[in-house]
Amino acid sequence: MKSDRELRQRIETERNPLLSIPISLLFLSLILLLGLPSPPRASAAGGDLASLLQGLGAKSRRDVRQAITALGTLNDPAALPALEALGDRRLRIDKAGLVYIKGEDGSLHDALSGATVALDEASLRTPRINNAVRRTLRPVIAQLQLSSLDVAVRLAAAEELTKRPRPEMMDILQAALDREIEAAVRDILAVALAQMQLQSEDQTVRLAAIRMIGESGNLGLRPQLEALVATNEDGSFAEDDPEVRAAAEAALSSFERTQFLINSLGNLFYGASLGSVLLLAALGLGITFGLMGVINMAHGEMLMLGAYASYVVQGIFQESFPAWFDWYLAVAIPAAFGVCLLTGMILERGVIRFLYGRPLETLLATWGISLVLIQSVRLIFGAQNVQVANPAWLSGGIEVLYGVVLPYSRLAIILFVALVVGLVWLILQRTRLGLQVRAVTQNRPMASCMGISAGRVDMWTFGLGSGIAGLGGVALSQIGNVGPELGRLYIVDSFMVVVLGGVGNIAGTVVGALSLGLVNKLLEPVAGAVLGKIGVLIFIILFIQQRPQGLFALKGRLAES
Amino acid sequence: MVSSSLSETSPEPLVADPPAQQTEQHGQAGSVLTTFLRLHTRGEWSLIGLFLFLGAVVIPGLNLLPADSAFHFPDYLIPLLGKFMCYALVALAVDLIWGYAGILSLGHGVFFALGGYAMGMHLMRAIGTEGVYRSELPDFMVFLDWKELPWYWYGFSNFGFALGMALFVPGILAYIFGFFAFRSRIRGVYFSIITQAMTYALMLLFFRNDTGFGGNNGLTDFKRLLGFSLQEPTTKLGLYVTSVVVLLLAYLACRYLVTSKLGRVLMAVRDAESRLMFCGYNPHGYKLFLWTLSAVLCGLAGALYVPQVGIINPSEMQPANSIEMAIWVAVGGRGTLSGALLGAFLVNGVKSWCTAAFPYLWLYILGAMFIVATLFLPRGVAGLLRRQADSRTGETTG
Repeated sequence: MKSDRELRQRIETERNPLLSIPISLLFLSLILLLGLPSPPRASAAGGDLASLLQGLGAKSRRDVRQAITALGTLNDPAALPALEALGDRRLRIDKAGLVYIKGEDGSLHDALSGATVALDEASLRTPRINNAVRRTLRPVIAQLQLSSLDVAVRLAAAEELTKRPRPEMMDILQAALDREIEAAVRDILAVALAQMQLQSEDQTVRLAAIRMIGESGNLGLRPQLEALVATNEDGSFAEDDPEVRAAAEAALSSFERTQFLINSLGNLFYGASLGSVLLLAALGLGITFGLMGVINMAHGEMLMLGAYASYVVQGIFQESFPAWFDWYLAVAIPAAFGVCLLTGMILERGVIRFLYGRPLETLLATWGISLVLIQSVRLIFGAQNVQVANPAWLSGGIEVLYGVVLPYSRLAIILFVALVVGLVWLILQRTRLGLQVRAVTQNRPMASCMGISAGRVDMWTFGLGSGIAGLGGVALSQIGNVGPELGRLYIVDSFMVVVLGGVGNIAGTVVGALSLGLVNKLLEPVAGAVLGKIGVLIFIILFIQQRPQGLFALKGRLAES
Repeated sequence: MVSSSLSETSPEPLVADPPAQQTEQHGQAGSVLTTFLRLHTRGEWSLIGLFLFLGAVVIPGLNLLPADSAFHFPDYLIPLLGKFMCYALVALAVDLIWGYAGILSLGHGVFFALGGYAMGMHLMRAIGTEGVYRSELPDFMVFLDWKELPWYWYGFSNFGFALGMALFVPGILAYIFGFFAFRSRIRGVYFSIITQAMTYALMLLFFRNDTGFGGNNGLTDFKRLLGFSLQEPTTKLGLYVTSVVVLLLAYLACRYLVTSKLGRVLMAVRDAESRLMFCGYNPHGYKLFLWTLSAVLCGLAGALYVPQVGIINPSEMQPANSIEMAIWVAVGGRGTLSGALLGAFLVNGVKSWCTAAFPYLWLYILGAMFIVATLFLPRGVAGLLRRQADSRTGETTG
C-alpha cells in the first residue's frame, strides 16, 4: 500500500516540476545567451506595463495586490518573470522604485528586459509579501501562463485556475479556451470556467456549468456542488433556484457513481495483484501438499529468501554494473529460483523425507526450519526491512481514470505470474517429471510399483515448489519492503488458497488465489481489514463443510487419509 | 507402569495416600477413593507427593527465610516459577488434545490469552480510581476519550464473574469453532492450519483500539487482586502456590480422564478414526468435549498467568506462541501427561536461560528443538526416560 502512495506522489512530482521550474530564469538565460541588446529599461510597448511593474514594489501590500490585479487585466506575458520573482521573494526594489529580479546565481536583472545590471544588492529592498498577496498572485501567474507556448505549463496553469478561481477572469478564460488546441488543457479550462460560471446571474449558464462539472468527474469540485444543495440552519435551502438545486443533485449523484467506479476498479486491480502474489506462494504449496500430504511451514520463508536474493542481486548491480541496473531482474529471477530450489531440495532430503506419513510432525519440523532461516537472514542482513529499488521501466504507472493509477510494477507482476503459471502447467502436463508427479499424487504405492522413484519425484517437486515461491519473492520485492518476517504473512493465506482450490491441480489454485485476493480486497472497504479476514476465515470453514475436496476435486479413486 | 525403581523416594508428607486397608473400611466412599488411587502406582504417587512438597512447601518456605540467609529462595524467581506452572497447565491442555486425540491445535494461545484477558479486565476494574487519570474507567479508555464502559466490560469488577468468564469465553469459542470444524471432518493439517488462521484473525482483532481491550498495549498497570497488592512478595508467593495446586488438580483430573473409558475412545480417534466409526461410535462428540475442555484449561492457565506477569497484550496471540506450546509437548513426549509437564518446564527453563545468555542463538536452539524432537524423539524426553527405565528393569509396560 505504502509503495503505491509513494508511486502516486512520484507521478505527481513528475508532473509538477514543470510548475516549479523558474520560467523566468529560462527566459533570462536565453536572453543572456543570445546577447540581446539591452536597453536600459522598458521595451517599446512597455510604458504602461513598466509603471504597473513598479507598483509591485509599493510599500503597502494593498497597493501591491492592486498592481498584481491590474497586471492580470493587462494580460501581458512580459510581466510573468517579475510576478514569479515576487512569489519566490526574488524581487528587489531600488530607492527610485524600479524593480529588479535576482537570479539564482545572485546577479540582478532588469524586471522587464532581463538585462543584467550592476547594482549593490545591499541598497535594494525586498518587497514583503503575505498569504493575501500570494493568493492574488497565483491565479494571475496562472492566467499569464495560459499564453505560454509550452503545453505542460498551460496544463499546470489551468489546474491552478481550477483550484483558485477568480470570477473576473471569465472573459480571459473564455478567450484562452477558444484558442486552446490541446484537448487535455481544454478539458481543464472548461471546468475552471464552469466553476466560475456557477456564480453567474444567468440561470442557463449556471445549469450548463453544473452539467459540465458533473460530466468532468473532477471530484475536487465536490464542495462547490455541495454548497448549492446545502440547507441553512433554519432548514431553508441556501440556493433559491430549485432547478439549479436539482441539477446540482444530479451532478453530485454522478460524482457518487464515478467515485464508486474508481474505488471498485482500484479494488479489483489490487485484488488481482494480491491474488497473483498469493498464487505464486500457493502454487508450490499446493503441489507439494497434494504430492506428500505435508504442509511446509517454511514455504513462506522461500518467498523471503527469493526477495532477499533479488535484494542481493540488485545490490551487486548497483555497485558493479550501474549501467545495466535496469536489467538486474534478468539475473535476480534465476538467482532467486536457484537459491530456493536448492534450499527446498536440501530440506526435503535432509528433514522431510524422514517424516513421511507424519504430517503434523512435518508441520512442526518445518516451522523449526523457518525459525532457523529467519534468524539467519536476520543475522546476515539485519532485522530492519531493506528496500529493493525498481528498475526504471517498472516505476510509474498508467492513469486509466481520474484517480486510478495502475502501477507498472503490479501490472508486470500479474503478467509474470501468468507466465510462471503457464510454465508450471507445461511442466506438469507435458514433461516426464510432470507425469510422474501426477502419478505419485494420485496413488503413491501404485506409482512406485510402476517403477517411479517416488523419493526422487518428491525431491524435485519440493525443489520446484520452493523455487516458484522464490519467484514470488522477487515479485514481492518489487511492490514492498523486504524483511526477515516477510513470509510469515503469506503461509496461512496460501494454505487457504489450497483449501479453497483443492490439492494437486493448477486450475483450482488459480481460481482459489484470485478469488481469495479479490474477496479480501473487496471486503476491506466494507468491513475493514480485520473483520474482512475473519469473514474470509468463517467463509472457508463453511465452505469446507460443503466441499471438503475444494473447488476442483481430482476425479478418480483417492485413498482417504 | 514402572514402580520398582521409583518406590524408594522420600515419604509423602501432604498427599492423602492412605494404606489400602483404610479404604476398604470406608465402603461406598472408599470405592471412589480406590478409583482415584488407582490412577497411579504407589511409586508414582510418591513422586507426585514429592513434587507437591517441593513446589508448595519447600520453595515457599525457603522464600520466606530472611533475605540474607544462604538458603533464601530469591523473590524474582517466584513469579517465574509461577509462570512455568501456567505454561505446564497449557502443555497439559495441548497434550490432552494432541497426544490423546491426535488433533494438533495451533491456536491454544488464543484460549490462553482470552482467559488472561478476562482476568486482566477484572484487574483493570480493581484499580478503581487509582489510575493515572484518576478516573473510574480504565486508563486506556480515558486516553481514547471513551465516556462510558462498553457493555462487555460489565460485571468484571466481580472476581467470581471474571474467573467464570476466563473459563467460559475460551470454552464457548472452542465449542463453536470445534462444532463446525469437527462436523465437517476437518482434521490433520487442515485443522491445524485453520486454528492458526483463527489465532491470526483474533490477534488482529485485539490489536485494534476499537475492540476495547487496550489495543496494542493490552491491559497492564494492575494494582491488586482480591484486596492484596500485586507488588507484595507474599501475594506473589500466594499466586505461585495457587498455580502449583491448580496444576496438580488439573493433572489429576486429566489423568482420570485419559485412563477412563472416554480416554480409550479418544485414543481410538487418534489411532484409527475410521475404524472407530465403523464400530458404531460417533467421534464428533468426543472430540468436541475434549477440545472444549482443553480450551477451558488453557483459559484457566491464562487467568493464573496474568496477575503474575502483570500484563496481557495481543502478542500472546501470535501464531508463533501457539506453535511453541506444541513444541513443549513434543519435546516432553506427547501422549503422556507427565511428559507434557516435563517438556513445558524443560523448554521454558532453557528459554529463560538462553534469551538472557545468548539472545541471538535462542531462535536457533528453538528451531533445532522443533527439528530434533520430531526427527529423533517421536515420544519426547519422557519416551526416552521410559525406554531407559524399561531396558534397566527388563520389563515392558503398556
